[in-house]
Amino acid sequence: MRLEYFQLIDRIVDLKLADRTISAAAVVPTQSTIFEGHFPGYPLMPGVLLIEAMAQTAGWLIVALNNFERMPFLAAVKDAKLRSFVKPGERLTVEAHVEHEGSGYSVAKATIKSDDSKLVCDAALTLRILDFPSAEVAKQMRELATRIGLSLEAPADG
Amino acid sequence: MSSTFDTIANIIAETCDIPRDTITPDSHSINDLGIDSLDFLDIAFAIDKAFGIKLPLEQWTQEVNDGKATTEQYFVLKNLAARIDELVAAKGA
Repeated sequence: MRLEYFQLIDRIVDLKLADRTISAAAVVPTQSTIFEGHFPGYPLMPGVLLIEAMAQTAGWLIVALNNFERMPFLAAVKDAKLRSFVKPGERLTVEAHVEHEGSGYSVAKATIKSDDSKLVCDAALTLRILDFPSAEVAKQMRELATRIGLSLEAPADG
Repeated sequence: MSSTFDTIANIIAETCDIPRDTITPDSHSINDLGIDSLDFLDIAFAIDKAFGIKLPLEQWTQEVNDGKATTEQYFVLKNLAARIDELVAAKGA
């Protein structure tokens, strides 16, 4: 995770377009100014950022399903449950499954699991799907996708 | 037709917490019932699932924006029910 850049996903480890599923790896940094406030002397990963990690993972899946032609934006979060504390240094697996591809939107279920496969949090997410606001944004998204190992040809790893 | 209307009226009542008896075939989902575009995504999702279709919301919105259609054609509930029936029939054809 690069929290200061709002990049909550480190690497795509599995992508199955036919199943509409994705799995990503994310390591919570040991140091971040966020932990100075959340909370002083008791650093915890903020739950809203865990939800963002799920949204970004679902978003990359939707980008891949749309062959990088359109861009998803988080529109609704339902039934979000933050089941346990996440501390600096934890290794997380973020998974998402697109349940429904509608016209201009998708609905996904997402989870985060800890290194010992314990369910940390889960939510149902609705994302609007719009045209990229500009060719430059589309280019930057492609570059970011390459950096985190999102490939349409084959799973990036594992 | 009536059963399609009943299904979507029930979906709207549950999704948007609108009293079911205030929803009629002549209700305009936006102008009369005050449903915004985000709530309509929930309704569309429920309709898509209930009828096994994909409401072409983007196409409809484009047609309205281009002046080729009115919102009444798609968002007055009796008309929405008719559009759903057409989509269901087209799927089965």
